[in-house]
Amino acid sequence: MENILTPDMPRTARPVASNFQVPRGTTEQTSGAPAAEAPAAHGAEAPKLKARVTGLNFYYGETHALKNVNLSIAEKRVTALIGPSGCGKTTYLRCFNRMHDLYPNNRYEGEIVLYPDEINIIGPKVDPIEVRMRIGMVFQKANPFPKTIYENVAYGLRVRGVRKRSVLDEKVEQALREAALWDEVKDRLQDLAFNLSGGQQQRLCIARALATDPEILLFDEPTSALDPIATARIEELIAELRERVTIIIVTHNMQQAARVSDYTAFMYLGELIEFGDTDIIFTNPSKKQTEDYITGRYG
Amino acid sequence: MHSVQKIIARNKLADGIFVVLGLLALSIGIGTLLALIVDLALHGAPRLSWQFFTSFPSRFADKAGILSAWVGTCMVMLVTAACAVPLGIAAGTYLEEYAPKHWVTDIIEINIANLAGVPSIVYGLMALGLFIYQFNLGQTVLTAGLTLGLLILPMVIIATRESVRSIPRNIREAVYALGGTQWQSIRDHVLPYSMGGILTGVIIAMSRAIGESAPVITIGALTFIAFLPPAPLQAVPPFVSFEWITSPYTVMPIQMFNWVSRPQEAFQANAAAAGLVLLLMTLLMNGIAIYLRYRFRKRIKW
Repeated sequence: MENILTPDMPRTARPVASNFQVPRGTTEQTSGAPAAEAPAAHGAEAPKLKARVTGLNFYYGETHALKNVNLSIAEKRVTALIGPSGCGKTTYLRCFNRMHDLYPNNRYEGEIVLYPDEINIIGPKVDPIEVRMRIGMVFQKANPFPKTIYENVAYGLRVRGVRKRSVLDEKVEQALREAALWDEVKDRLQDLAFNLSGGQQQRLCIARALATDPEILLFDEPTSALDPIATARIEELIAELRERVTIIIVTHNMQQAARVSDYTAFMYLGELIEFGDTDIIFTNPSKKQTEDYITGRYG
Repeated sequence: MHSVQKIIARNKLADGIFVVLGLLALSIGIGTLLALIVDLALHGAPRLSWQFFTSFPSRFADKAGILSAWVGTCMVMLVTAACAVPLGIAAGTYLEEYAPKHWVTDIIEINIANLAGVPSIVYGLMALGLFIYQFNLGQTVLTAGLTLGLLILPMVIIATRESVRSIPRNIREAVYALGGTQWQSIRDHVLPYSMGGILTGVIIAMSRAIGESAPVITIGALTFIAFLPPAPLQAVPPFVSFEWITSPYTVMPIQMFNWVSRPQEAFQANAAAAGLVLLLMTLLMNGIAIYLRYRFRKRIKW
């Protein structure tokens, strides 16, 4: 099978240790590769578990959109969700910040347990607003508010009741720096956000999500409306953000998943077909469906 | 080949015929309107003078003016806006954002659309029974303002709902994704961004209310009134007075109606002049509406 990984992609293979475990079925497939090589690759410490999804089912009214999905999300790593259109990857992503609660007749079953405090974020007792305060999201199409650049980034803090100008100023600058946008906008923070280019708008949305220090950042096909250069910048940004926040990214673009993620989950028709190290999923998938998809036989 | 050209010629003929018919229909409408305005202007313009705006009505046509009428109209419009705008925006926003979608809200929706089409005299009768006989508010600016406020309330609700609905879903989702509540999304985003559309709707509704005469007659606007309501602003503390809302009043359409019904030729000119002023007031309000729409749209592109 063809290896579609780009040669210069950072190989960040990690040991299977601590409390984060790549599913057994997949790791067995790795036997081809020398086991000793993996821990040495980056010298990175074993990732901690950030969230565990167990038996997740999701229904849009009568439509059974997610079927018994299990998945572990590693802390400060990038997990990519890939699969053909309509496979449920966006639906899945939107379970993490309870976006489905905004619309009637949606129903969750199962658990998404957030660590370290072990709360089930889709449990009926958990307030969706609390979940969204902890888990940020960047949408497919950049959706800045028709306000100034400053106000866009500051809004998450305003929602949390922050009024002090000095705190806001500091947080806005920090978030814009983290989103690699500060140098481009520092002289025009009071400009309307719509005057930015598409790629800048998307980075502004990332800054807006970062300003509130989320524990997990969800990306829903963040580059699907951007040109290749803007896409490359967002991908670089994701690689940098990986240092401080857990990232889950839905992407249509398999090369993107290969470039930016540590782990990849392949979904098909609402089911999670295969999950494992990105390297392995793209070089040596254990399931026929995964192989067919990543070699471009359907999708 | 020849037959194709024939078919095209026939098709184009139909095209041409429709253009002529359409133009004819348009010119009937526009022509009548223009004739009306020109006639009004020719009759009324000579009467327009400073004196006309600053005089009370009089038995003598050349001494009569519209002071009490335009002041009354402005005061009634203030009460109308103060009553219809907050109620309409609140109701429209609730219906669009919070109200659960089921048969009760469907019925309410249909009824609001129908209410916007209820003849204004019916509102007058309702106000006569409710505000004057039941609440004893009397024949005052307050009664007139409340009545016209009720009259335009459905229009304000509809305008609010349409503006609120036009805010894209991804903007709301952005607020929720940051941990915002529904009220935060409405207060900080939905209402500010839809304000252009709401204000446009409000002003267009008000420019309908300003010309209403039937309900105002029903609830007893005076036709001859030679004093002004107490001023809302005063030189002595507490500076602001609300006595004016309990004052008797007249409004522009009533003054016109009064003058038109007189036999003397000179009063007809007065009526035309008052009509011209009323028309200008309406055009001005519509102009403001267009300007507001333009200004708010310029800032926002989805």
